[in-house]
Amino acid sequence: MAPDLPPVPALVVGVLALGGAFVALLGATGLLRMRTFYDRVHPPTLATSMGLAALALASIVTSSVLGSRTVIHEILLLFFVVLTMPVSMMLLARAAIFRDRVEAYDKSMAAEARAAAEEEAAALAAAQEEAAALARRDLDTGGDDDAVYG
Amino acid sequence: MSTETLGYVLAAAQAMLALAFVMCAYRLIRGPRAQDRVMALDALYLNGLLSIVLLGIRTGTSLYFESALVIALTGFVSTSAVAKFLMRGEVIE
Repeated sequence: MAPDLPPVPALVVGVLALGGAFVALLGATGLLRMRTFYDRVHPPTLATSMGLAALALASIVTSSVLGSRTVIHEILLLFFVVLTMPVSMMLLARAAIFRDRVEAYDKSMAAEARAAAEEEAAALAAAQEEAAALARRDLDTGGDDDAVYG
Repeated sequence: MSTETLGYVLAAAQAMLALAFVMCAYRLIRGPRAQDRVMALDALYLNGLLSIVLLGIRTGTSLYFESALVIALTGFVSTSAVAKFLMRGEVIE
């Protein structure tokens, strides 16, 4: 199943289609392999711009040669996708930044609360130890307060 | 290049796109966070668009152009809607 094209347009269409699909594959590989979200935002745009441009050009060549007149409505598709992809990706990246910030803030607040609680517990323990030492000295002197306080 | 060779080349391109589909689906399942899944879904939309354009080339008809345009539209709208939802911060993991 393939369009019945003369040799030269067939070569052009084959090269463009293969190149576009390869670029889309590269984009998907980057999406799979990159480490952080902010790295992963970039590769799919490769498939958007170059992959779709190559495939749309291949489609234009195919339909133009088959229909014996120039058909360029794939330009519309390319125009639309190239226009909208950065918008959605930027919205998504902003959402990710917002979520990361909220999470970092929650984490720092929790750490602060934990540190405050630890400090309080340490102060309490020190006070208890002091009280115990005073009681011990009271016992040692047989409850004679004058021996302690002079 | 003969018609038969062109058929093989276009089939190879479709196989590449299928592999790209699988990779995006893996990222969609794996995550690890919501924005990664949304982005993987967006990439899936785009790969579907590309494969429909490629199908249009293979069959030599221009019928597939409209469906590709509709997929581009729904992909943009859904991705921005979910991004807005994540942005509003109602659902924080």
